[in-house]
Amino acid sequence: MTLTPARPGTGSDAAAGGAPGAPPGRPRRFTRAVRLAGGRVSFAVRPRVAAVYGGLLAATVVVFAVSLSVGEYAIPLPRVLWALAGEGERLDLFFVRDVRLPRAWVAVLVGAALGIAGAVFQSISRNPLGSPDIIGFTGGASTGAVAVILVFGGSVLQVSLGAVVGGVGTAVVVYLLAFKQGVQGYRLVLVGIGINALLLAVRDYLMTRAELTEAMTAHIWMIGSLNGSGWGEVVAVSIAAAVLVPVVLALGPRLRLMEMGEQSARGLGVPVQGTQVTVMLAASALTGAAIAVSGPISFIALAAPQLVRRLARTNGTALLGAGLMGALLLAVADLIAQQALAPTQLPVGVVTAVIGGSYLIWVLYREWRTGHA
Amino acid sequence: MPEPSRLWGENLTLAYDQSVISRDLGITIPDNSFTVIVGPNACGKSTLLRALSRMLKPSSGAVHLDGRLIGSYPSKEVARRLGLLPQSSIAPDGISVADLVARGRYPHQKFLKQWSRTDEKVINEAMEATGIVDLAGRMVDELSGGQRQRVWLAMVLAQQTPLLLLDEPTTYLDIAHQMDVLDLCAELHHERSYTLVAVLHDLNHACRYATHLIAMKDGQVAAEGDPADIVTEELVEDVFGMPVRVIPDPETGTPLVVPVDRGGRIARRREPGTVERPAARAEEARSA
Repeated sequence: MTLTPARPGTGSDAAAGGAPGAPPGRPRRFTRAVRLAGGRVSFAVRPRVAAVYGGLLAATVVVFAVSLSVGEYAIPLPRVLWALAGEGERLDLFFVRDVRLPRAWVAVLVGAALGIAGAVFQSISRNPLGSPDIIGFTGGASTGAVAVILVFGGSVLQVSLGAVVGGVGTAVVVYLLAFKQGVQGYRLVLVGIGINALLLAVRDYLMTRAELTEAMTAHIWMIGSLNGSGWGEVVAVSIAAAVLVPVVLALGPRLRLMEMGEQSARGLGVPVQGTQVTVMLAASALTGAAIAVSGPISFIALAAPQLVRRLARTNGTALLGAGLMGALLLAVADLIAQQALAPTQLPVGVVTAVIGGSYLIWVLYREWRTGHA
Repeated sequence: MPEPSRLWGENLTLAYDQSVISRDLGITIPDNSFTVIVGPNACGKSTLLRALSRMLKPSSGAVHLDGRLIGSYPSKEVARRLGLLPQSSIAPDGISVADLVARGRYPHQKFLKQWSRTDEKVINEAMEATGIVDLAGRMVDELSGGQRQRVWLAMVLAQQTPLLLLDEPTTYLDIAHQMDVLDLCAELHHERSYTLVAVLHDLNHACRYATHLIAMKDGQVAAEGDPADIVTEELVEDVFGMPVRVIPDPETGTPLVVPVDRGGRIARRREPGTVERPAARAEEARSA
């Protein structure tokens, strides 16, 4: 099929719509084509998005390196690199490879997982508040974990399992309750808020029945902390990410079409309900896995997707970007948590709550000022 | 048995949950026609369009597309044969016109092939056909309603489907933009042999543009055919429950439906030619 040019002067719009070209200083097109293998592989790349993602990645690498170097026992960067290569003093090797490296990895991986999961839920609910923190999955995971700590006095593995089961179970319940010929955003958020309140009540009731030491353990876990993260945690969250992140990223294009409304998406050939179920299960499992190793770290899932959208000006959900932003945010937050009141180590959840709360107020303030909210 | 057309439905029972909209409905969309579906509110015209575009699964009966049951195709395959412009779509925040039109290419794209030369060419052609090339770099949320509707149309054109279903494409537009969109549809039908199916509210637009008109009432087809043959005072009164006169459109000669004066206005015409409207005169006096 070929399309011929439009009739000359198609109505008043072209005239009203302005002279050819956008305002000066803004590019007319935002897309560059990348084609490989004789056109068999092709992608659209936005320079701004590529630059922002590259910047996020570079910043994460820097923060990662700094977090290996600083601490009560400071190690200069060259010695960090030697230690990574397996050379140097025994103390260097111990701190870099056994203490700081796994912790840094957990921060980056958990942050990325939370960022991606947050982007998924915000996309499906078409609501910036539709993050797992608000709609109950985090509450479900922490209730599951606390129940295991208090009722079974569980091991680390059992606590993790409790968190995953609690998170995914809550996701299923919320989805079923919010379902009526597809899931509508506000219904998901409202049902989630209700379920979250119920779960927190259950969790608080459990706490009142607990022994003091168990309650302390559970309470510290509930704030969310990376203290004492080791290679076991790295392996656990890596496996979950390796399985789930590709699934979610592959569904990204469909999610972006679904943001245009169910009918538009289906008209373009997106199987909407199947995609919703798959991607929500994957994102809940990702949230559960992240919470299982670190406790319910708040606000990363809420803030990362919104921040990266504003920075990179993507149209529609940026899953990869949310992952990169989440990784950077949690890596920075954990660095602050370790250093701010050294030698006292703060739980990272305290820092993310401060960053995230300020962020939320800033967003709302800005949107009220510009009249968008 | 030869298929009656590329898109047709038989023995359709259409229902939402328990409330049945249409029972045992048969419908054929003639190939290469500009079919317009009209009828009063809640007569089931949008529901029928939803069934034809596989948005709604019939409780019984079947819709056939290109010789096969529409439900037997993979979703993307249907989207390469049949395009749908829904009544309302949400433009993502901060998306440019070109990017939104590009989304129409989704059914043609593969995991490793997301931006081929064909994609780019078709997107440009779709924007040319709808007269929005100059808007390509603009943000969709900055556009007027008429411009935005053309962007959505361009997106559906980029899908490159020979069949196009439009659900009330002129709603919320002023008269000039309504005609604009309908002219564009007529052009697509005429010069590029699209088969178009549109739900319209305005009977006179329907008569002017349709090559095949389907009038619906209570979930059933009350009449169908060339508007000039079927649009009569009796039919309109039967379908819409309102007395009308049908006269030839002074511009096109197609039927023009004019409601009979029922004296429903507060200040009304007393005698042909002289207008007695105290309210209007008072207003004139004020503004003078």
